[in-house]
Amino acid sequence: MRRNLIFILMSVEIMLNGAGIAFVAAGSRWGQPDGQIMFLFILAMAASEVSIGLALALRFYHQHGTLDADASSNMRG
Amino acid sequence: MEVAFYIAGAVAIISTVLTITRLNAVHALLYLIISLLAVAVVFYTMGAPLVAALEVIIYAGAIMVLFVFVVMMLNLGKRAANIERQWLQGNIWVGPVVLSAVLIAEIVYLILQARPPESTVGVVDPKQVGLALYGPYLIGVELVSMLLLGAVVGACHLGRPVTKKAEARYDRNSDGTRAHSGGNLIRAGAGRGPDAP
Amino acid sequence: MLSLLWLIPAIPFASALALAVLRIPRKLVAWIAVGATAASTVLSLLVAVAFLSAPPTANAYTQVLWTWFDVGGFRPEIAFYLDPLSLIMVTVVAFVSFLIHLYSTEFMIDDDGYSRFFAYMNLFVASMLTLLLADNLLLLYLGWEGVGLCSYLLIGFWYRDPVNGAAGSKAFIVTRIGDTAMVIGLFLLFHDLGTLQIQQLMQRASQDWPIRSPAAIAAALLLLGGAVGKSAQLPLQTWLPDAMAGPTPVSALIHAATMVTAGVYLIARTHVLYSLAPPAQFAVAVVGAATLLVAGFSALTQWDLKRVLAYSTMSQIGYMFLALGVGAWPAAIFHFMTHAFFKALLFLAAGIVINALHDEHSIFRMGGLRTRLPVAFWTFVIAGCSLSGLPLITAGAFSKDWIIWGAWSSPTGGLGLWIVALAGVLLTSLYTFRMIFLVFFGEAQSEVTRRPGKAMLIPCFVLAFLSIVSGYIKTPFARFLETVLPWTERTHTAPVTELVSEVIAALVFLIGVYLSYIFFLRKRAYAAALASSVPGNALHRFWFSDWGMDWLYDRLFVRPLCWFARVDKSDFIDAFYTGVARMTEIAWRVLSRTETGRLRWYAAGIAAGSVVFIAVVLFL
Repeated sequence: MRRNLIFILMSVEIMLNGAGIAFVAAGSRWGQPDGQIMFLFILAMAASEVSIGLALALRFYHQHGTLDADASSNMRG
Repeated sequence: MEVAFYIAGAVAIISTVLTITRLNAVHALLYLIISLLAVAVVFYTMGAPLVAALEVIIYAGAIMVLFVFVVMMLNLGKRAANIERQWLQGNIWVGPVVLSAVLIAEIVYLILQARPPESTVGVVDPKQVGLALYGPYLIGVELVSMLLLGAVVGACHLGRPVTKKAEARYDRNSDGTRAHSGGNLIRAGAGRGPDAP
Repeated sequence: MLSLLWLIPAIPFASALALAVLRIPRKLVAWIAVGATAASTVLSLLVAVAFLSAPPTANAYTQVLWTWFDVGGFRPEIAFYLDPLSLIMVTVVAFVSFLIHLYSTEFMIDDDGYSRFFAYMNLFVASMLTLLLADNLLLLYLGWEGVGLCSYLLIGFWYRDPVNGAAGSKAFIVTRIGDTAMVIGLFLLFHDLGTLQIQQLMQRASQDWPIRSPAAIAAALLLLGGAVGKSAQLPLQTWLPDAMAGPTPVSALIHAATMVTAGVYLIARTHVLYSLAPPAQFAVAVVGAATLLVAGFSALTQWDLKRVLAYSTMSQIGYMFLALGVGAWPAAIFHFMTHAFFKALLFLAAGIVINALHDEHSIFRMGGLRTRLPVAFWTFVIAGCSLSGLPLITAGAFSKDWIIWGAWSSPTGGLGLWIVALAGVLLTSLYTFRMIFLVFFGEAQSEVTRRPGKAMLIPCFVLAFLSIVSGYIKTPFARFLETVLPWTERTHTAPVTELVSEVIAALVFLIGVYLSYIFFLRKRAYAAALASSVPGNALHRFWFSDWGMDWLYDRLFVRPLCWFARVDKSDFIDAFYTGVARMTEIAWRVLSRTETGRLRWYAAGIAAGSVVFIAVVLFL
């Protein structure tokens, strides 16, 4: 299992991309533009997610000195 | 076209699998870029040229560059790869793999239930996409613009230099952690077990 | 000119809003607040002139601003209705408010809540004017509740003392009992007649309801409930004496001159209804007569200057109710007008005295102020004479004699009510001159520390002038009101003619003054001896405590309710809700275990969840 934040973010990107493929394939299957539009939305979402996520990862590293996601479990209830 | 589709699809799957199994972050990133380019080809063969172009420009171009920058800044080296290897050892991957296998099985079952797809592939040209985007999906476009604005503001906020005081407030131990690890991020993380305070 | 009608309530409202929201320097606060009421006064005078010089058709003018809402055939409008009745009320209210605002600029000058005070006062004026000008009963009710709210806020104005807050709550809750009755009355009227627009309502009522029909009686009695609460009549009168906890200008404006007469206005406005329900109308007369006696006796025993005036207000409003009850509509409105002048003046003069003696309220610790506060003395004497009805000169005598004559001559009136009204005159002159003798004559007992300035004196002069001369316009006043409030025909005349009635009232007044002179100036030992004898002492205590009404209500309602609340604190329903809370807590304990702070477990959770979910969709 990946514990490195960078890898986790990359995996999220892959998953988003997979969802995008599904949308585009469905769209072209019925010859409609809707699938592509959904992909555009996903694209925008992924872009913002990555920018925030990477900024957070950098901040995280500065504060904890590591990229281990488990290091930030001190907010648990 | 058919052949190109299948080849590109195979490349995408293989490079994605390689991405998630690499230990070195830079290697993983390179495989990810290949995977994205392959997906772009898949899009093109499926008759979605606009999306294919955007995939290359934005995903493979912009987003991946961001990743590369961050990885460079963090300087993840050989030691980091060793740590990753440690993390991937043992049977730790069994659980996720079983889960994923079940998920795939369900999805395959779903697809098989549906009618067999017709092989006719119609091209949906950029004009159509643009018309739909600024027609029925206008609200969505507005929302996306809000989202991007939020991302900009958030990134600016997070990117601002941290004052000493604020840092101390967030985590009093951070300096100690870094000193202990000698500046190496991964070791610092590895030093803490999953149940470390 | 008439089209400016809406500005009369709108200007004070805007000013209240500005004072409440903005931070304004003290000097400007006074200018804005007084300016707003002055503008209202000028506008109401202009409207009055326009109305008198060129009366609109049907002697009434309606200005529809907009439709408030439109639900299921019920569409009340924000509309103002001007006829002689509302014109008189609006002019008097706006004018008296202006004078009292002017007075307050000096009276409240050292107070921290200067701008808060004027915001409340302006809001009160706006609500009161809305109440008076309202074209339908719903808008009237809006103003009605608005003045109630302002009354609550201003009684508890010095909120740091919990006693004041309690007095405010008491006023609010007690009037609420009456308001509830009034709301039910409104429901009944709308249910049966299908409208709340006052003129239509009166028309339909006289068409649809025969005289003495139960619906008319019920509606009239329910509205009377509201009026009784607001105007502090029996049996809901207990809040008014405690309302004196507020600043003196508030007592003058709200609890003497304007708000407490809203009940009188309501009954006069809906007088057609009362004409259809003679028993209800008789109830109004009985309530008025009873209050006038009860409050008069209580006023005799109070030691707090403002409480004496409060009981006197109750008693005078009792006169107005008596007049309404016997169908002497114009007399009631005329007495409202003169009462507004002289009672406001009494409070303002009392405010000067209280202020000068450093917040001294007890009339037994005042004395000899005749020479040291001459203006307060003379204005107080003028107002006191007007209140107790010094014949031929003062305005109060004209209006009160009119009511007394009405109590005799009208068909519902008669010997009993007439004697009660005359007894009221005796009591009024007794307690009024008791105040005057104790406060202004005798030996000085406290130092005068502050002297009133111009802003406090000018309103007193103006009101003193009006307390005398406003009586002379009785005849044109009656003619002006005739179109709206026709005088019920007179049946009893002989052997008491109007002149005889007036002469008797004058004699009673003189007896009262003489008795008061003996008891409270010449031979105070008599009064002391009378009060310390066993029956005298018991009666004194009984009257002092407002005939034990507070005690009775405490035993009858407050304590049983508190007891019931205590017993009911842990009942079955409560146990059920506690159980729900307990269950939630247990569930929280279980669920909080899953909140580990580890990202991987969350991801695994999401994946497992999606597997299960898809499986459910697929196979079920």
